Amino acid sequence: MHGRPRKSATPVDENASALKAAKIRSLQSQFLQNHHNKIYTKEALEINAKLIEVNPEFMTAWNYRKLAFEHSLSSQSEAEKGDSDHIKSIIDEELRVVENALRKNFKSYGAWHHRKWVVSKGNSSTERELRLLNLFQKQDTRNFHAWNYRRFIAGMKSISEEKELQFTTDMINDNFSNYSAWHNRSVLLSHLLEKKVEGYFPKETFLTEEYEFVRNAVFTDPDDQSGWFYHLWLLDQTIKLDMPILASFWPPPGSDLNVPIDLDANKATFPVILYFNEPVEGVSSQTITVQTEYDIHDNITWSPLSTNKFGCALAWVTHMRIPHEELDSSKTYQVKISSEHSQGITSLSGVSLNRPWSFAFTVSVCQHLQPAEGQSLGRLSLTDENFCTIDTNLNMTALLKSAFQFTNDDEQPTSSKWKSEIIASEISQYRELLSWAECKIGKLTLARLLVAYDAMITGTQFTPSIAEEVLQLLTELMKLDPPHYQYYKDEYSLILLKQVTSSKESLLKYCWQYKESTSLNITGPTCLRLNSLSLSRIGSIEQLLWVQSLDLSHNQLHSIEGLEALQLLSCLNLSHNKLGSFMALDPLRFLKSLRILDISHNEIGAHTVDTKRYLCSSPLSHKVAFDKNFEEFANGDAKVMDFWEPFSIFGGLNLIQLDIMGNAAVDERFVLFLVKLLPALKWLNGEELH
Amino acid sequence: MGDLAAEKHAKYILLVEKRKDDVESVLMEHLRINGAYWGLTTLDILGKLEAVEQEKVVPWVMSCQHQSGGFGGNEGHDPHLLYTLSAIQILALFDKIEVLDIDKVSSYIASLQNEDGSFSGDIWGEIDTRFSYVAICSLALLHRLDRINVEKAVKYIISCKNLDGGFGCTPGAESHAGQIFCCIGALAIMGSLHYVDKDLLGWWLCERQVKSGGLNGRPEKLPDVCYSWWVLSSLIMIDRVHWIDKEKLVKFILDCQDIEKGGISDRPDDAVDVFHTYFGVAGLSLLEYPGLKAIDPAYALPVDVVNRIFLR
Repeated sequence: MHGRPRKSATPVDENASALKAAKIRSLQSQFLQNHHNKIYTKEALEINAKLIEVNPEFMTAWNYRKLAFEHSLSSQSEAEKGDSDHIKSIIDEELRVVENALRKNFKSYGAWHHRKWVVSKGNSSTERELRLLNLFQKQDTRNFHAWNYRRFIAGMKSISEEKELQFTTDMINDNFSNYSAWHNRSVLLSHLLEKKVEGYFPKETFLTEEYEFVRNAVFTDPDDQSGWFYHLWLLDQTIKLDMPILASFWPPPGSDLNVPIDLDANKATFPVILYFNEPVEGVSSQTITVQTEYDIHDNITWSPLSTNKFGCALAWVTHMRIPHEELDSSKTYQVKISSEHSQGITSLSGVSLNRPWSFAFTVSVCQHLQPAEGQSLGRLSLTDENFCTIDTNLNMTALLKSAFQFTNDDEQPTSSKWKSEIIASEISQYRELLSWAECKIGKLTLARLLVAYDAMITGTQFTPSIAEEVLQLLTELMKLDPPHYQYYKDEYSLILLKQVTSSKESLLKYCWQYKESTSLNITGPTCLRLNSLSLSRIGSIEQLLWVQSLDLSHNQLHSIEGLEALQLLSCLNLSHNKLGSFMALDPLRFLKSLRILDISHNEIGAHTVDTKRYLCSSPLSHKVAFDKNFEEFANGDAKVMDFWEPFSIFGGLNLIQLDIMGNAAVDERFVLFLVKLLPALKWLNGEELH
Repeated sequence: MGDLAAEKHAKYILLVEKRKDDVESVLMEHLRINGAYWGLTTLDILGKLEAVEQEKVVPWVMSCQHQSGGFGGNEGHDPHLLYTLSAIQILALFDKIEVLDIDKVSSYIASLQNEDGSFSGDIWGEIDTRFSYVAICSLALLHRLDRINVEKAVKYIISCKNLDGGFGCTPGAESHAGQIFCCIGALAIMGSLHYVDKDLLGWWLCERQVKSGGLNGRPEKLPDVCYSWWVLSSLIMIDRVHWIDKEKLVKFILDCQDIEKGGISDRPDDAVDVFHTYFGVAGLSLLEYPGLKAIDPAYALPVDVVNRIFLR
């Protein structure tokens, strides 16, 4: 099926083929007859062996041999049972048949599995198996069947991991371009590290040598990918933390929250957001302690901000409620969030967040009378005329300031020193390589090293010169490697946002103040305007938990993954982007505070392929059953049944202003559906609803 | 570059179905039911499924069923998960899943799950993540995922995750695009893609695109049209497909066509076969090539077929 040249068959070819085909078919039907009648004579086995030689992929033929084998063993005479040579000869015959088949097709699943099955019965020679492997692995160093079989033999015969490691060293020295050997090396080293074998633990012990080993490979042939992928693993091993951490949270420590009263519901609530560096599970009132000065009447529940049903997420939220009896008081309450019993919070790979953490802030109820949401509200426009530069005296700068105070000092000093030294050394090595080789993965590797180094030294700040160098490398890569342009673009967007959010000064450049004050109780006094930055992806979410009003319009976003953590968001502009489906808006379903949304001029409905289909809540991925609520809402209207996706996203939101024009999916029918779905909606596509 | 020679490919498939007497056809008899799935799905994507007589195909598919409930590659052949999925998929195309004794088939499939969550292909015990995918996809299409231990199935697949973000056939096995498709597809169907490092895997996958625009299956290997499906559908399921140059890939697939006789080959100017014809056309559908029915990246069936099964 692979690698055969295209040519027209001549009549001679066709004739020969027909003759051969007839022979094979005859073998096949004879074999099947024997198989169905359970005939395992020597002649029958020979027919089977001939067939397997011609067609080693015929699974039923291999099954027959196993049945024949079992039959041989069970129908042995007493004399034969005691004779180890007899059993050995049966096994040898099977191994011979497999070897024959492998010589014809060394990628035959059936052949390799049969060998494994036979060898598992015992009575096999390690030497013979390793000899066979050496033969095939020399023929094709990337034959993964052989590598898998090798792992099987090594396991079965207890060949040490260090010995196998030496084998990969030999293979790599023979030919650097052996991804399979590099891969096996990473597996073996991980096992040795995990088992804390001397010489391989802690990881620093072997990493330095490995960096040198792979450097030889990539310096010899910079265009071969194999070494570069291995280097990425080494870097990841170097910088990865040994447990999950709390990366960010809201409210900031030491802040003073002034919570407005929701007049319609007659309550005052505020969110507490926990943002980890990787998805975790187990965040609950058992693992998180909340201490306040007022009586918490209801149980505190923490919700994961993700769409899977397994209860794990990067960001978690709880909505704390100030009790009814405290609503007319002007008292200030202390709140402390802490986690002492962190054993319960674990990463997806089961590592516990063992280090305790805590933060505290104060809360008071806002006694000024606010206009009720939506009441006598003009339509909010988010264009330039409605903003002015920020007043530096504004309270918000205090909020920004505290967001940057939180640092992570979880590192041992010695370990930290080794890490930054080795990365610094790698940086200079690869800068040297790039001075004589125009190598794309080399540039990407240097960019990754620089980012890792900076994170190590400065935390969330981003040294401007390093940021510039990384952005420059990515720009060069977009030109050097056009097919992967979008990959580099996404990386560029992430780095740009890292730069923007790296300090109070840089962030303030993008903060604008609303001129009009009528809607401030919804939007907050300021808007973070990240429009027209060619952003294809959003990131640095942990630095943006404080944002109430966000403008991401006129970018190239095809995904808003991460936005679900911005629980304070009440006003969001996503117009003029590349959001390609309703499911791309899935993160919005978690933004219960969202009131004003602009998703006009995107690509919703313009694509036949939905790349978010399996990442979001959907009956297709068995995350959620087909919504009964939706069936009721649709009320038998077959046309409305098409709208289950927007129903699942917008159904839970309390929007008062929505703009959706300029999307292929939006027609009159859809607009009517939306109006029915969103009872609080006052403004739709620029027009007031009545 | 030219266009997709849809008519020629449809004719080629119908021709292959009838051809029985050359060596190639005989050597493929053991997986005829896979071939039928590839051919029929291609015809459906091309909008030409009515050219096939359903009344002939469905009984033949059922004749491949073994008394254990599983299906063999052809009549009288031993059952295996690989052939069982193709049988179910073919019946799904024709909306004839109800001819099955669903409990019987589900029992066969469920019986092949092992203690560690992995699946054997058949009673002879070969374990491979391909079989995890096949079992999970089959049971999902039959609405019987509850017959297996989903949590363990997920755990086993995750144990096959490698340090480069990809997946292999068994724990410790090298990442390979075909295996990655199987693992990602299975995790997608079980709503468990949150275990996947999408950026790491996405980069490994997008680096499969080589200078010619085609995709290979692992580093430093030759491009092949079948990877247009396995790499592409994986990228789509983890939402990183924009990291490759779609236009260049379209061109590569179109260059692999035999415009005169119909059919698509693994590489330009190689011999064509149904396998690569299916993956080429399915790949073009995923790339939103005009005039083709949309195909679902996880179930590998047309979207309208999948929606019919799940969104009723």
